[in-house]
Amino acid sequence: MLEIQNLSKTFNKSTVNEKKVFKGFSLDVKKGDFITIIGSNGAGKSSLLNIISGSIKEDQGYLKLNDKTINKLPEYKRTKHISRVFQDPSLGTSPSMTILENLSMAYNKGKKFGLTMGVSKKNKEYFIKILSKLSLGLEGQLNTKVGLLSGGQRQALSLIMATMSNPELLLLDEHTAALDPKTSKIIVDLTKSIVKEKKITTLMVTHNLNQAINVGNRILMFHQGEIVIDIKGKEKKSLNIDKLMDYFEKIQSKDLLSDRLLFQ
Amino acid sequence: MVDFWISILEQGLIFGVMVLGVYITYKILDFPDLSVDGSFPLGAAITAQSLSLGINPFIALFLSFLVGMVSGAITGFLHVKYKITNLLSGILVMIGLYSVNLRIMGKANMPLFNKTTIFSNNIKPIFIIVIITFIMKLLLDLFLKTKFGFLVKATGDNPKLVTSLGINIGITKIAALMISNGLVALSGSMMAQYQRFSDVGMGRGIIVMGLASIIFGQSIFKGTSFILPTTMALFGSLLYKTSTAFALKLGFPPTDLKLITSVIVIIALAINNKKFSFKGKKLFNIGGGRRVRNSESV
Repeated sequence: MLEIQNLSKTFNKSTVNEKKVFKGFSLDVKKGDFITIIGSNGAGKSSLLNIISGSIKEDQGYLKLNDKTINKLPEYKRTKHISRVFQDPSLGTSPSMTILENLSMAYNKGKKFGLTMGVSKKNKEYFIKILSKLSLGLEGQLNTKVGLLSGGQRQALSLIMATMSNPELLLLDEHTAALDPKTSKIIVDLTKSIVKEKKITTLMVTHNLNQAINVGNRILMFHQGEIVIDIKGKEKKSLNIDKLMDYFEKIQSKDLLSDRLLFQ
Repeated sequence: MVDFWISILEQGLIFGVMVLGVYITYKILDFPDLSVDGSFPLGAAITAQSLSLGINPFIALFLSFLVGMVSGAITGFLHVKYKITNLLSGILVMIGLYSVNLRIMGKANMPLFNKTTIFSNNIKPIFIIVIITFIMKLLLDLFLKTKFGFLVKATGDNPKLVTSLGINIGITKIAALMISNGLVALSGSMMAQYQRFSDVGMGRGIIVMGLASIIFGQSIFKGTSFILPTTMALFGSLLYKTSTAFALKLGFPPTDLKLITSVIVIIALAINNKKFSFKGKKLFNIGGGRRVRNSESV
Protein backbone atom coordinates (compact mmCIF):
# COMPACT_ATOMS: atom_id res chain seq x y z
CA MET A 1 0.00 0.00 0.00
CA LEU A 2 2.78 2.37 0.99
CA GLU A 3 6.16 1.57 -0.50
CA ILE A 4 9.31 3.43 0.39
CA GLN A 5 12.38 2.50 -1.60
CA ASN A 6 15.96 3.54 -1.20
CA LEU A 7 15.17 6.70 0.69
CA SER A 8 18.02 9.09 1.52
CA LYS A 9 17.91 12.30 3.49
CA THR A 10 20.68 14.46 4.87
CA PHE A 11 20.02 17.59 6.88
CA ASN A 12 22.31 20.62 6.60
CA LYS A 13 24.18 19.07 3.73
CA SER A 14 27.87 19.97 3.35
CA THR A 15 28.03 21.99 6.55
CA VAL A 16 29.61 21.14 9.89
CA ASN A 17 26.16 20.25 11.18
CA GLU A 18 25.58 17.69 8.48
CA LYS A 19 23.33 14.92 9.71
CA LYS A 20 22.53 11.85 7.69
CA VAL A 21 19.13 10.61 8.75
CA PHE A 22 18.39 8.01 6.09
CA LYS A 23 20.69 6.20 3.73
CA GLY A 24 19.00 3.69 1.46
CA PHE A 25 15.98 3.24 3.72
CA SER A 26 13.18 0.96 2.51
CA LEU A 27 9.83 0.06 4.02
CA ASP A 28 6.81 -1.81 2.71
CA VAL A 29 3.50 -1.21 4.42
CA LYS A 30 0.59 -3.54 3.65
CA LYS A 31 -2.98 -2.39 3.44
CA GLY A 32 -4.64 -2.48 6.85
CA ASP A 33 -1.36 -2.59 8.78
CA PHE A 34 -1.22 -0.80 12.11
CA ILE A 35 2.48 -0.20 12.67
CA THR A 36 3.99 1.22 15.84
CA ILE A 37 7.40 2.84 15.56
CA ILE A 38 9.80 3.23 18.48
CA GLY A 39 13.39 4.38 18.72
CA SER A 40 15.60 6.86 20.48
CA ASN A 41 15.62 10.56 19.70
CA GLY A 42 17.18 11.35 16.36
CA ALA A 43 16.55 7.86 14.99
CA GLY A 44 14.48 9.30 12.15
CA LYS A 45 10.94 8.43 13.25
CA SER A 46 9.45 11.86 12.91
CA SER A 47 11.55 12.60 9.83
CA LEU A 48 10.01 9.56 8.15
CA LEU A 49 6.49 10.79 8.86
CA ASN A 50 7.45 14.28 7.67
CA ILE A 51 8.82 12.84 4.43
CA ILE A 52 5.73 10.68 3.84
CA SER A 53 3.40 13.62 4.47
CA GLY A 54 5.51 15.91 2.30
CA SER A 55 6.47 18.57 4.84
CA ILE A 56 10.13 17.56 4.34
CA LYS A 57 11.52 16.85 0.90
CA GLU A 58 13.62 13.71 0.51
CA ASP A 59 17.00 13.79 -1.28
CA GLN A 60 16.53 10.50 -3.07
CA GLY A 61 14.22 7.53 -3.20
CA TYR A 62 10.70 6.59 -4.20
CA LEU A 63 7.50 7.00 -2.27
CA LYS A 64 4.58 5.07 -3.63
CA LEU A 65 1.06 5.18 -2.28
CA ASN A 66 -1.24 2.59 -3.86
CA ASP A 67 1.28 2.13 -6.69
CA LYS A 68 1.29 5.82 -7.50
CA THR A 69 4.49 7.77 -7.02
CA ILE A 70 3.80 10.68 -4.69
CA ASN A 71 7.29 12.19 -4.57
CA LYS A 72 6.35 15.22 -6.60
CA LEU A 73 2.98 15.93 -4.99
CA PRO A 74 3.01 18.99 -2.69
CA GLU A 75 1.96 18.48 0.91
CA TYR A 76 -1.57 19.85 0.47
CA LYS A 77 -2.27 17.36 -2.29
CA ARG A 78 -0.93 14.39 -0.37
CA THR A 79 -3.25 15.23 2.51
CA LYS A 80 -6.15 14.10 0.35
CA HIS A 81 -5.03 10.53 1.04
CA ILE A 82 -2.90 10.98 4.15
CA SER A 83 -4.10 12.37 7.48
CA ARG A 84 -1.94 13.27 10.38
CA VAL A 85 -2.19 13.94 14.10
CA PHE A 86 0.65 15.85 15.74
CA GLN A 87 2.16 15.79 19.19
CA ASP A 88 0.98 19.34 19.83
CA PRO A 89 -2.81 19.24 20.32
CA SER A 90 -3.15 22.79 18.97
CA LEU A 91 -1.94 21.79 15.50
CA GLY A 92 -4.96 19.68 14.63
CA THR A 93 -7.72 22.22 15.19
CA SER A 94 -8.50 25.87 14.69
CA PRO A 95 -8.61 27.35 18.23
CA SER A 96 -10.66 30.48 17.53
CA MET A 97 -13.44 28.51 15.85
CA THR A 98 -16.11 26.43 17.54
CA ILE A 99 -16.18 22.62 17.73
CA LEU A 100 -19.06 22.60 15.26
CA GLU A 101 -17.15 24.78 12.78
CA ASN A 102 -14.03 22.64 13.10
CA LEU A 103 -15.93 19.42 12.55
CA SER A 104 -17.80 20.92 9.59
CA MET A 105 -14.50 21.81 7.94
CA ALA A 106 -13.12 18.31 8.48
CA TYR A 107 -16.38 16.81 7.21
CA ASN A 108 -15.99 18.79 4.01
CA LYS A 109 -12.46 17.55 3.31
CA GLY A 110 -12.09 16.35 -0.25
CA LYS A 111 -15.15 18.28 -1.35
CA LYS A 112 -15.35 21.82 -2.66
CA PHE A 113 -14.82 24.65 -0.20
CA GLY A 114 -17.08 27.10 -1.99
CA LEU A 115 -19.38 29.91 -0.97
CA THR A 116 -22.11 27.76 0.49
CA MET A 117 -22.83 27.88 4.20
CA GLY A 118 -20.01 26.39 6.28
CA VAL A 119 -22.22 24.76 8.89
CA SER A 120 -25.12 22.67 7.76
CA LYS A 121 -27.79 21.74 10.29
CA LYS A 122 -28.30 18.22 9.05
CA ASN A 123 -24.74 17.25 10.03
CA LYS A 124 -25.22 18.40 13.59
CA GLU A 125 -26.79 15.16 14.77
CA TYR A 126 -24.06 13.11 13.16
CA PHE A 127 -21.42 15.18 14.94
CA ILE A 128 -23.22 14.86 18.27
CA LYS A 129 -23.35 11.10 17.78
CA ILE A 130 -19.60 10.88 17.16
CA LEU A 131 -18.74 13.18 20.06
CA SER A 132 -20.97 11.37 22.55
CA LYS A 133 -19.05 8.14 21.85
CA LEU A 134 -15.98 9.82 23.35
CA SER A 135 -17.70 10.45 26.68
CA LEU A 136 -15.56 13.55 27.14
CA GLY A 137 -18.63 15.75 27.39
CA LEU A 138 -17.95 17.46 24.10
CA GLU A 139 -21.36 16.72 22.59
CA GLY A 140 -22.98 19.43 24.71
CA GLN A 141 -20.41 22.08 23.77
CA LEU A 142 -20.73 22.27 20.01
CA ASN A 143 -20.60 26.06 20.09
CA THR A 144 -17.60 26.29 22.41
CA LYS A 145 -14.40 27.63 20.91
CA VAL A 146 -11.82 24.88 20.60
CA GLY A 147 -9.17 27.10 22.20
CA LEU A 148 -11.02 26.73 25.50
CA LEU A 149 -10.82 22.93 25.54
CA SER A 150 -8.19 20.90 27.40
CA GLY A 151 -5.27 19.25 25.60
CA GLY A 152 -6.86 15.82 25.77
CA GLN A 153 -10.20 17.04 24.46
CA ARG A 154 -8.45 18.86 21.64
CA GLN A 155 -6.39 15.83 20.73
CA ALA A 156 -9.51 13.65 20.66
CA LEU A 157 -11.10 16.21 18.38
CA SER A 158 -7.97 16.32 16.18
CA LEU A 159 -8.11 12.55 15.85
CA ILE A 160 -11.77 12.58 14.91
CA MET A 161 -11.20 15.38 12.40
CA ALA A 162 -8.20 13.62 10.87
CA THR A 163 -10.11 10.38 10.34
CA MET A 164 -13.53 11.76 9.47
CA SER A 165 -12.93 11.69 5.73
CA ASN A 166 -11.67 8.06 5.81
CA PRO A 167 -8.03 8.66 4.79
CA GLU A 168 -6.07 5.79 3.32
CA LEU A 169 -3.08 6.39 5.55
CA LEU A 170 -3.01 7.81 9.07
CA LEU A 171 0.22 9.17 10.55
CA LEU A 172 0.35 9.60 14.32
CA ASP A 173 3.39 11.52 15.48
CA GLU A 174 3.67 10.87 19.24
CA HIS A 175 0.10 12.05 19.48
CA THR A 176 -0.24 11.13 23.16
CA ALA A 177 3.14 12.43 24.33
CA ALA A 178 1.83 15.79 25.55
CA LEU A 179 -1.00 14.27 27.61
CA ASP A 180 -1.24 12.86 31.13
CA PRO A 181 -1.27 9.03 31.42
CA LYS A 182 -5.03 8.74 31.90
CA THR A 183 -5.90 10.97 28.95
CA SER A 184 -3.18 9.30 26.95
CA LYS A 185 -4.91 5.96 27.48
CA ILE A 186 -8.27 7.38 26.42
CA ILE A 187 -6.72 8.70 23.21
CA VAL A 188 -4.96 5.41 22.46
CA ASP A 189 -8.19 3.47 22.98
CA LEU A 190 -9.98 5.92 20.72
CA THR A 191 -7.23 5.51 18.12
CA LYS A 192 -7.56 1.72 18.25
CA SER A 193 -11.31 1.75 17.83
CA ILE A 194 -11.28 4.29 14.98
CA VAL A 195 -8.53 2.48 13.08
CA LYS A 196 -10.34 -0.83 13.53
CA GLU A 197 -13.70 0.52 12.53
CA LYS A 198 -12.52 2.44 9.46
CA LYS A 199 -9.74 -0.01 8.53
CA ILE A 200 -7.18 2.76 8.04
CA THR A 201 -3.56 1.84 7.45
CA THR A 202 -1.70 3.52 10.29
CA LEU A 203 1.83 4.45 11.32
CA MET A 204 2.15 5.45 14.96
CA VAL A 205 5.32 6.87 16.46
CA THR A 206 5.48 6.55 20.22
CA HIS A 207 7.92 6.71 23.11
CA ASN A 208 5.74 4.53 25.29
CA LEU A 209 6.94 0.92 24.98
CA ASN A 210 3.79 -0.57 26.47
CA GLN A 211 1.72 1.30 23.94
CA ALA A 212 3.97 0.16 21.12
CA ILE A 213 3.66 -3.46 22.17
CA ASN A 214 -0.05 -3.54 22.89
CA VAL A 215 -1.24 -1.61 19.87
CA GLY A 216 -1.10 -2.64 16.24
CA ASN A 217 0.05 -5.71 14.34
CA ARG A 218 3.63 -4.75 13.57
CA ILE A 219 6.37 -3.01 15.51
CA LEU A 220 9.44 -1.28 14.12
CA MET A 221 12.42 -0.08 16.07
CA PHE A 222 14.51 2.61 14.43
CA HIS A 223 18.13 3.22 15.17
CA GLN A 224 20.21 5.80 13.32
CA GLY A 225 17.93 5.81 10.34
CA GLU A 226 17.64 2.06 10.00
CA ILE A 227 15.03 -0.47 11.02
CA VAL A 228 16.76 -2.66 13.59
CA ILE A 229 13.73 -4.57 14.79
CA ASP A 230 10.72 -5.57 12.71
CA ILE A 231 8.24 -7.90 14.42
CA LYS A 232 4.80 -8.69 13.11
CA GLY A 233 1.88 -11.10 13.31
CA LYS A 234 1.94 -13.89 15.91
CA GLU A 235 5.36 -13.02 17.17
CA LYS A 236 4.16 -9.50 17.84
CA LYS A 237 1.26 -10.80 19.90
CA SER A 238 3.52 -12.69 22.26
CA LEU A 239 5.91 -9.77 22.63
CA ASN A 240 6.61 -8.13 25.97
CA ILE A 241 9.01 -5.45 27.14
CA ASP A 242 11.68 -7.94 28.35
CA LYS A 243 11.68 -9.75 25.03
CA LEU A 244 11.93 -6.47 23.20
CA MET A 245 14.90 -5.44 25.31
CA ASP A 246 16.54 -8.82 24.65
CA TYR A 247 16.16 -8.30 20.94
CA PHE A 248 17.64 -4.91 21.30
CA GLU A 249 20.61 -6.15 23.27
CA LYS A 250 21.31 -8.74 20.61
CA ILE A 251 21.48 -6.05 18.01
CA GLN A 252 23.92 -4.25 20.28
CA SER A 253 24.98 -0.72 19.77
CA LYS A 254 27.18 1.85 21.38
CA ASP A 255 24.52 3.90 23.02
CA LEU A 256 22.60 0.87 24.20
CA LEU A 257 23.02 1.88 27.79
CA SER A 258 21.45 5.27 27.37
CA ASP A 259 18.60 3.78 25.40
CA ARG A 260 17.97 1.12 27.98
CA LEU A 261 17.81 3.77 30.67
CA LEU A 262 15.50 5.81 28.56
CA PHE A 263 13.04 3.01 28.05
CA GLN A 264 12.81 1.86 31.65
CA MET B 1 -24.09 70.52 16.31
CA VAL B 2 -26.28 68.03 14.45
CA ASP B 3 -24.19 68.66 11.35
CA PHE B 4 -21.06 67.98 13.36
CA TRP B 5 -22.37 64.55 14.43
CA ILE B 6 -23.67 63.69 10.99
CA SER B 7 -20.33 64.43 9.41
CA ILE B 8 -18.62 62.21 12.02
CA LEU B 9 -21.10 59.46 11.19
CA GLU B 10 -20.53 59.88 7.46
CA GLN B 11 -16.75 59.86 7.62
CA GLY B 12 -16.67 57.18 10.27
CA LEU B 13 -18.74 54.83 8.14
CA ILE B 14 -16.77 55.56 4.96
CA PHE B 15 -13.57 54.72 6.82
CA GLY B 16 -15.48 51.83 8.37
CA VAL B 17 -15.43 50.02 5.03
CA MET B 18 -11.63 50.36 5.08
CA VAL B 19 -11.55 49.12 8.69
CA LEU B 20 -13.49 46.01 7.63
CA GLY B 21 -10.77 45.37 5.07
CA VAL B 22 -7.97 45.87 7.58
CA TYR B 23 -9.86 43.62 10.00
CA ILE B 24 -9.66 40.75 7.48
CA THR B 25 -5.90 40.94 7.15
CA TYR B 26 -4.85 42.09 10.59
CA LYS B 27 -7.22 40.07 12.77
CA ILE B 28 -8.46 37.12 10.73
CA LEU B 29 -5.50 36.33 8.51
CA ASP B 30 -2.82 37.54 10.94
CA PHE B 31 -1.12 39.28 8.02
CA PRO B 32 -0.12 42.90 8.77
CA ASP B 33 -0.80 44.25 5.30
CA LEU B 34 0.73 47.74 4.93
CA SER B 35 -0.21 47.98 1.26
CA VAL B 36 -3.58 49.47 2.27
CA ASP B 37 -1.78 52.82 2.50
CA GLY B 38 -1.49 52.49 -1.26
CA SER B 39 -4.76 50.78 -2.14
CA PHE B 40 -6.90 53.42 -0.41
CA PRO B 41 -5.66 56.26 -2.68
CA LEU B 42 -5.66 53.72 -5.53
CA GLY B 43 -9.43 53.48 -5.17
CA ALA B 44 -9.62 57.27 -5.05
CA ALA B 45 -7.42 57.66 -8.14
CA ILE B 46 -9.41 55.14 -10.15
CA THR B 47 -12.59 56.93 -9.13
CA ALA B 48 -11.26 60.38 -10.01
CA GLN B 49 -10.18 59.24 -13.44
CA SER B 50 -13.41 57.30 -14.05
CA LEU B 51 -15.60 60.22 -13.05
CA SER B 52 -13.71 62.64 -15.26
CA LEU B 53 -14.23 60.18 -18.12
CA GLY B 54 -17.94 60.37 -17.41
CA ILE B 55 -18.32 56.83 -16.08
CA ASN B 56 -21.30 56.20 -13.79
CA PRO B 57 -20.14 56.83 -10.18
CA PHE B 58 -21.52 53.50 -8.95
CA ILE B 59 -19.59 51.70 -11.63
CA ALA B 60 -16.56 53.68 -10.47
CA LEU B 61 -17.10 52.22 -6.99
CA PHE B 62 -17.15 48.76 -8.47
CA LEU B 63 -14.06 49.43 -10.61
CA SER B 64 -12.16 50.64 -7.55
CA PHE B 65 -13.10 47.47 -5.73
CA LEU B 66 -11.80 45.35 -8.61
CA VAL B 67 -8.53 47.26 -8.96
CA GLY B 68 -8.07 47.09 -5.19
CA MET B 69 -8.44 43.32 -5.45
CA VAL B 70 -5.69 43.22 -8.05
CA SER B 71 -3.37 45.14 -5.73
CA GLY B 72 -4.18 42.70 -2.91
CA ALA B 73 -3.48 39.80 -5.23
CA ILE B 74 -0.02 41.23 -6.00
CA THR B 75 0.84 41.57 -2.30
CA GLY B 76 -0.31 37.99 -1.76
CA PHE B 77 1.55 36.71 -4.78
CA LEU B 78 4.83 38.29 -3.62
CA HIS B 79 4.41 36.70 -0.22
CA VAL B 80 3.23 33.25 -1.34
CA LYS B 81 5.26 32.75 -4.49
CA TYR B 82 8.53 34.47 -3.66
CA LYS B 83 8.36 33.93 0.11
CA ILE B 84 8.87 37.63 0.83
CA THR B 85 7.82 38.37 4.43
CA ASN B 86 4.30 39.69 4.83
CA LEU B 87 5.44 43.12 6.10
CA LEU B 88 7.87 43.64 3.24
CA SER B 89 5.43 42.46 0.54
CA GLY B 90 2.96 45.06 1.80
CA ILE B 91 5.56 47.81 1.89
CA LEU B 92 6.81 47.02 -1.62
CA VAL B 93 3.31 47.17 -3.06
CA MET B 94 2.52 50.32 -1.09
CA ILE B 95 5.60 52.13 -2.47
CA GLY B 96 4.91 50.91 -5.98
CA LEU B 97 1.29 52.04 -5.80
CA TYR B 98 2.36 55.62 -5.07
CA SER B 99 3.75 55.90 -8.59
CA VAL B 100 0.85 53.94 -10.05
CA ASN B 101 -1.63 56.34 -8.45
CA LEU B 102 0.24 59.34 -9.87
CA ARG B 103 0.14 57.71 -13.30
CA ILE B 104 -3.57 56.99 -13.09
CA MET B 105 -4.42 60.57 -12.15
CA GLY B 106 -1.64 62.24 -14.13
CA LYS B 107 -1.10 64.74 -11.32
CA ALA B 108 -0.88 64.82 -7.53
CA ASN B 109 -4.50 65.77 -6.93
CA MET B 110 -7.69 65.97 -8.89
CA PRO B 111 -10.73 68.01 -7.89
CA LEU B 112 -14.13 66.47 -8.67
CA PHE B 113 -16.32 69.48 -7.88
CA ASN B 114 -18.46 69.49 -11.01
CA LYS B 115 -18.55 65.74 -11.59
CA THR B 116 -21.51 63.45 -10.98
CA THR B 117 -20.84 61.36 -7.86
CA ILE B 118 -22.88 58.84 -5.88
CA PHE B 119 -23.97 61.81 -3.76
CA SER B 120 -25.24 63.91 -6.71
CA ASN B 121 -28.92 63.31 -6.04
CA ASN B 122 -31.60 64.33 -3.62
CA ILE B 123 -30.90 61.60 -1.11
CA LYS B 124 -28.91 62.70 1.92
CA PRO B 125 -25.29 61.45 1.74
CA ILE B 126 -25.58 59.77 5.11
CA PHE B 127 -28.25 57.37 3.80
CA ILE B 128 -26.15 56.36 0.81
CA ILE B 129 -23.12 55.81 3.01
CA VAL B 130 -25.08 53.80 5.56
CA ILE B 131 -26.55 51.59 2.83
CA ILE B 132 -23.21 50.86 1.12
CA THR B 133 -21.36 50.27 4.39
CA PHE B 134 -24.00 47.94 5.75
CA ILE B 135 -24.22 45.96 2.53
CA MET B 136 -20.46 45.47 2.69
CA LYS B 137 -20.57 44.48 6.35
CA LEU B 138 -23.40 41.98 5.78
CA LEU B 139 -21.65 40.49 2.76
CA LEU B 140 -18.45 40.10 4.79
CA ASP B 141 -20.36 38.49 7.69
CA LEU B 142 -21.98 36.09 5.25
CA PHE B 143 -18.66 35.32 3.59
CA LEU B 144 -17.08 34.43 6.91
CA LYS B 145 -19.82 31.87 7.48
CA THR B 146 -19.25 30.07 4.20
CA LYS B 147 -16.97 27.07 3.74
CA PHE B 148 -14.35 29.21 2.07
CA GLY B 149 -14.72 31.81 4.82
CA PHE B 150 -14.00 29.08 7.36
CA LEU B 151 -10.79 28.28 5.50
CA VAL B 152 -9.71 31.93 5.61
CA LYS B 153 -10.32 32.02 9.37
CA ALA B 154 -8.44 28.76 9.84
CA THR B 155 -5.52 30.02 7.73
CA GLY B 156 -4.88 32.81 10.21
CA ASP B 157 -5.46 30.47 13.13
CA ASN B 158 -3.65 27.27 12.16
CA PRO B 159 -2.28 27.01 8.62
CA LYS B 160 -1.36 23.35 9.19
CA LEU B 161 -5.02 22.48 9.56
CA VAL B 162 -5.85 24.06 6.21
CA THR B 163 -3.04 22.11 4.55
CA SER B 164 -4.32 18.92 6.14
CA LEU B 165 -7.73 19.60 4.62
CA GLY B 166 -6.12 19.38 1.21
CA ILE B 167 -6.16 23.12 0.53
CA ASN B 168 -3.23 25.24 -0.63
CA ILE B 169 -2.88 27.99 2.00
CA GLY B 170 -1.37 30.27 -0.65
CA ILE B 171 -4.78 30.42 -2.34
CA THR B 172 -6.70 31.31 0.82
CA LYS B 173 -4.14 33.98 1.73
CA ILE B 174 -4.29 35.62 -1.69
CA ALA B 175 -8.08 35.47 -1.75
CA ALA B 176 -8.35 37.11 1.69
CA LEU B 177 -5.87 39.84 0.71
CA MET B 178 -7.88 40.49 -2.44
CA ILE B 179 -11.14 40.96 -0.54
CA SER B 180 -9.40 43.12 2.04
CA ASN B 181 -7.76 45.46 -0.47
CA GLY B 182 -10.93 45.56 -2.53
CA LEU B 183 -12.81 46.91 0.49
CA VAL B 184 -10.04 49.42 1.22
CA ALA B 185 -10.07 50.71 -2.35
CA LEU B 186 -13.87 50.92 -2.25
CA SER B 187 -13.56 53.01 0.89
CA GLY B 188 -11.03 55.25 -0.92
CA SER B 189 -13.47 55.63 -3.79
CA MET B 190 -16.30 56.64 -1.44
CA MET B 191 -14.00 59.11 0.30
CA ALA B 192 -12.93 60.73 -2.97
CA GLN B 193 -16.56 61.13 -4.02
CA TYR B 194 -17.54 62.41 -0.58
CA GLN B 195 -14.86 65.08 -0.27
CA ARG B 196 -14.96 65.71 -4.04
CA PHE B 197 -11.30 65.46 -4.66
CA SER B 198 -8.65 62.80 -4.88
CA ASP B 199 -5.15 63.31 -3.57
CA VAL B 200 -2.19 61.00 -3.98
CA GLY B 201 -1.29 61.51 -0.31
CA MET B 202 -4.70 60.73 1.13
CA GLY B 203 -3.69 57.19 2.05
CA ARG B 204 -0.89 58.12 4.38
CA GLY B 205 -1.47 56.51 7.76
CA ILE B 206 -4.59 54.63 6.71
CA ILE B 207 -3.26 51.38 8.19
CA VAL B 208 -2.73 53.04 11.57
CA MET B 209 -6.22 54.51 11.39
CA GLY B 210 -7.59 51.06 10.65
CA LEU B 211 -5.68 49.48 13.51
CA ALA B 212 -6.75 52.25 15.89
CA SER B 213 -10.39 51.61 15.00
CA ILE B 214 -10.11 47.85 15.46
CA ILE B 215 -8.36 48.20 18.81
CA PHE B 216 -10.91 50.82 19.92
CA GLY B 217 -13.81 48.62 18.94
CA GLN B 218 -12.43 45.57 20.65
CA SER B 219 -11.52 47.26 23.90
CA ILE B 220 -14.96 48.87 24.18
CA PHE B 221 -16.83 45.61 23.60
CA LYS B 222 -14.40 43.40 25.47
CA GLY B 223 -16.10 40.43 27.04
CA THR B 224 -19.23 40.59 24.94
CA SER B 225 -19.60 37.57 22.74
CA PHE B 226 -22.88 38.42 21.00
CA ILE B 227 -21.53 41.41 19.06
CA LEU B 228 -19.93 40.46 15.77
CA PRO B 229 -16.32 41.59 15.34
CA THR B 230 -17.28 43.38 12.14
CA THR B 231 -19.80 45.45 14.12
CA MET B 232 -17.08 46.21 16.66
CA ALA B 233 -14.81 47.36 13.83
CA LEU B 234 -17.46 49.78 12.52
CA PHE B 235 -18.12 51.16 16.00
CA GLY B 236 -14.38 51.49 16.49
CA SER B 237 -14.17 53.53 13.32
CA LEU B 238 -16.94 55.85 14.54
CA LEU B 239 -15.24 56.24 17.92
CA TYR B 240 -11.95 57.00 16.28
CA LYS B 241 -13.54 59.66 14.10
CA THR B 242 -15.32 61.14 17.13
CA SER B 243 -12.10 61.39 19.10
CA THR B 244 -10.21 63.07 16.27
CA ALA B 245 -13.13 65.43 15.65
CA PHE B 246 -13.05 66.47 19.28
CA ALA B 247 -9.30 66.94 19.09
CA LEU B 248 -9.89 69.35 16.23
CA LYS B 249 -12.61 71.11 18.22
CA LEU B 250 -10.18 71.57 21.08
CA GLY B 251 -8.13 73.69 18.73
CA PHE B 252 -5.46 71.35 17.40
CA PRO B 253 -4.61 72.19 13.78
CA PRO B 254 -5.56 69.45 11.25
CA THR B 255 -1.86 68.88 10.56
CA ASP B 256 -1.56 67.41 14.06
CA LEU B 257 -4.08 64.67 13.29
CA LYS B 258 -1.54 62.00 12.37
CA LEU B 259 0.36 62.60 15.59
CA ILE B 260 -2.88 62.40 17.57
CA THR B 261 -3.77 59.14 15.80
CA SER B 262 -0.49 57.55 16.63
CA VAL B 263 -0.65 58.71 20.26
CA ILE B 264 -4.16 57.24 20.53
CA VAL B 265 -2.95 53.90 19.18
CA ILE B 266 0.06 53.88 21.48
CA ILE B 267 -2.13 54.55 24.52
CA ALA B 268 -4.62 51.86 23.51
CA LEU B 269 -1.89 49.29 22.91
CA ALA B 270 -0.02 50.21 26.08
CA ILE B 271 -3.16 49.76 28.19
CA ASN B 272 -3.89 46.41 26.58
CA ASN B 273 -0.34 45.13 26.89
CA LYS B 274 0.04 46.27 30.47
CA LYS B 275 -2.65 43.81 31.45
CA PHE B 276 -0.96 41.06 29.52
CA SER B 277 2.45 41.64 31.06
CA PHE B 278 0.93 41.65 34.53
CA LYS B 279 -0.58 38.23 33.84
CA GLY B 280 2.70 36.99 32.45
CA LYS B 281 4.63 38.02 35.53
CA LYS B 282 2.23 36.19 37.79
CA LEU B 283 2.61 32.99 35.82
CA PHE B 284 6.34 33.43 35.90
CA ASN B 285 6.33 33.66 39.70
CA ILE B 286 4.35 30.46 40.04
CA GLY B 287 7.03 28.78 37.97
CA GLY B 288 9.47 29.46 40.78
CA GLY B 289 12.09 31.49 38.97
CA ARG B 290 12.27 35.22 38.72
CA ARG B 291 14.87 37.55 37.35
CA VAL B 292 16.52 39.57 40.04
CA ARG B 293 18.19 42.86 39.40
CA ASN B 294 21.73 43.41 40.68
CA SER B 295 20.51 45.83 43.29
CA GLU B 296 17.91 43.43 44.67
CA SER B 297 18.68 40.75 47.18
CA VAL B 298 17.11 37.36 46.81
